[in-house]
Amino acid sequence: MRVADLRARLERLGSGVSSHVWRLGFASRFLAYLVVHSGTALGRFRLTIAEIYFAGVLSLIIILVSGLFVGMVLALQGYDTLQRFGASESLGVLVALSLVRELGPVVAGLLFASRAGSAITAEIGLMKATEQLSAMEMMAVDPIARVVAPRFWGGVISMPLLAALFSAMGIFGGYIVGVQLIGVDAGAFWSQMQAAVDLRNDILNGVIKSVVFGIAVTWIAVFEGYDAPPTAEGVSRATTRTVVTSSLAILALDFILTALMFTGGTHQ
Amino acid sequence: MNRSTIDLWVGAFVVAGIAGLLFLALKVGNLATFSTSQMYQVQAKFANIGGLKARAPVKSAGVVVGRVADIRFDNESYEAIVTINLGYEYQFPRDTTAKILTSGILGEQYVGLEAGGDGVMLKNGDRLRLTQSAVVLENLISQFLFNKAAEGKPEPKEPAK
Repeated sequence: MRVADLRARLERLGSGVSSHVWRLGFASRFLAYLVVHSGTALGRFRLTIAEIYFAGVLSLIIILVSGLFVGMVLALQGYDTLQRFGASESLGVLVALSLVRELGPVVAGLLFASRAGSAITAEIGLMKATEQLSAMEMMAVDPIARVVAPRFWGGVISMPLLAALFSAMGIFGGYIVGVQLIGVDAGAFWSQMQAAVDLRNDILNGVIKSVVFGIAVTWIAVFEGYDAPPTAEGVSRATTRTVVTSSLAILALDFILTALMFTGGTHQ
Repeated sequence: MNRSTIDLWVGAFVVAGIAGLLFLALKVGNLATFSTSQMYQVQAKFANIGGLKARAPVKSAGVVVGRVADIRFDNESYEAIVTINLGYEYQFPRDTTAKILTSGILGEQYVGLEAGGDGVMLKNGDRLRLTQSAVVLENLISQFLFNKAAEGKPEPKEPAK
């Protein structure tokens, strides 16, 4: 009785693990297939441009407004702490480094996952549920090349641009609050920022982060959509899973990338 | 939505994104400083570099004239070899002194150059002979305490008559 119970529990654990590993393998195979078959998406670039519009341009408002407010809050909070040490002139450094290194890629990635990633999953999942993908296959059109790949590349191209706009907007917000409202010296704000922010160590690493997050989020989004059970409930669950999984993936990847980029070496 | 409107918006988005990247690179980062101008390298040996790091500024009279390119340890003299990149527009005499200084109390450390009086200017690959190491707080305190102890030592008393 006890042994059978234990056995059943172990089996459940095992099947849970192996189904996750199986799904990860399937997702990797899906990504490989997608990249190999993206000739159509990149050749007929108009398809990808339409997806950049949906993933990138329509996310602009939320990215720009969030960036502005994050920068303004950073300046307010940072000033409060820095002025205790008589270092309020370093406000520009604080705002710029935290945005360019961390908050820009991460928050833009989280917003992108919930704004664009969920929309991609829902769209592809619904196309599958209404058998549009099967219809394409019947017409000898590869749905991965025609539907999935343009969305993937559209997201991968949009994400670094959105992260850069988020950081730029945040620094602008920090400037408005720090210099215009609080009255930190404008020269010190910009010059200390320029002296402390390094092109390769900070900005390029931030861009690399945003590219990695873009790939991760859109990969998860298109895979969840393509893999969704073709029912209303299945699509809604897949959409939720996209947001949850890609948010966790962004945070985990961010930790790994930060550990690789910003520790050791010459820049400490 | 019609096709050309989408194209217009995507074009504007891409231009804005690239403008954001350029803003970060040019206005926020330090792309403009020194990466384009010509540099020459000189080396200096220090007994102790304290907390000096690669890419730290090199200043003369408070003006940034170059950056620390590389810091290595010399196995023969047991000293640190600091390689410095200086802009070609800044020429220094050969007997220039290099010191490791600190900006402010908690600030970063930098290399300060003090020009000498020699007529011959430094060339690429030269070595600065006159250097002054970083001040290590512990050494400073122990020196201070030692001096205080030496000063405050009571004079030996006259033997009682």
